[in-house]
Amino acid sequence: MRHSHALQVGPVAFRLGSEWRQPIEALKQLYAGYPAPDGPCDFTVRLEAETPWRRWLRPAVAIRGDYTLPDAVPMALAHGLLAAEMGMNLQMALGQKRYLLLHASSVERDGKALLMTGASGSGKSTLSAILGEQGWRFMGDEFALLDMDDGRLHPFPRAVSLKNQAVLVLEEIVGGDRFGPVLRNTPKGTIRHLRPNEEAVARMREPARPVLILFPQYGRGLQAAVRPVGQAEIFVRLTQASTNYVALGEPGYGALCRLVTGTPARAIDYSSTEAALTLIDGLWGEFA
Amino acid sequence: MAGLSYIADDESLVRKVELDGLTALFHVPSGMTHIVAPPAPQILEALAGRPADLKELVRRLSRNFDVDGAESALAARLDELEAAGLVSRP
Repeated sequence: MRHSHALQVGPVAFRLGSEWRQPIEALKQLYAGYPAPDGPCDFTVRLEAETPWRRWLRPAVAIRGDYTLPDAVPMALAHGLLAAEMGMNLQMALGQKRYLLLHASSVERDGKALLMTGASGSGKSTLSAILGEQGWRFMGDEFALLDMDDGRLHPFPRAVSLKNQAVLVLEEIVGGDRFGPVLRNTPKGTIRHLRPNEEAVARMREPARPVLILFPQYGRGLQAAVRPVGQAEIFVRLTQASTNYVALGEPGYGALCRLVTGTPARAIDYSSTEAALTLIDGLWGEFA
Repeated sequence: MAGLSYIADDESLVRKVELDGLTALFHVPSGMTHIVAPPAPQILEALAGRPADLKELVRRLSRNFDVDGAESALAARLDELEAAGLVSRP
């Protein structure tokens, strides 16, 4: 590829190539301070023109790599950074076999990890980013990597993908130099990426033992509440939140059973960041 | 005349973990996970590697459980377990 960059994120190494300079430059800026891979790359992402002339004429970025989705619609070059991020997600979702991959955010304090998972819009990503600026170590907003041998969670501190209102919330908390460009009119609205802070990057190879699982649910006017969740429901929700549970077979089953039976879990409802942080604080005090 | 006979895989081929009264089963031959409620785990245990018809199943279960008058319910559970691939007819 004409332009490329290699990146270590937690235990995973990526090589990203592009026919255009812009996505790689944006990626280098966003991931400034991240280490280069300390071994061979696990996954390759390539941003290519859908057809040769679309490199120049109304450039359209197709996401390719070790794993691809054949029917994916190419993206505008202005969203090239998002394409690179989606490409990395795709490799993880389809190709990761070393860890049980949970679509969840995680943060750590005193060597113990808080795992948060829920549907898009639940606030798991935003909450992890905020906690990461308030004394917790940010481990990841998109994927949590469960070690199937020892049950610990490995960090995967990619840039936080902030959407719409969450962009404004984090812009008030974090200095400007850690933000990527504002990407408007994406399929998910306005997106702006946030580089995790120095501690999150410096400690990206330090796993932590999960001690609490939360299922946050955000809703305007929703009364703040904490609800117990049965173990079978936790199990089912986590299998739904995993992209590789079925592929991993028995080791994945064993790891998930250990996580579910050994970790308390609660569902929390909230309508404001403050309410969520108060609930999390209380639950952490109770269980951690 | 004996009724239809059913059999479940040997217990070495099924992993089980209790989850608050339900059971998460991992069926090794198929690689599939099932969440089941009683009496499914007890039926599977009674049929593990040993075929039985409904009458014999009731007899085996009655050693540990009160299954008087539960034949039709057990037959329905057997149908479900067969559909899930956890019991078969030898």
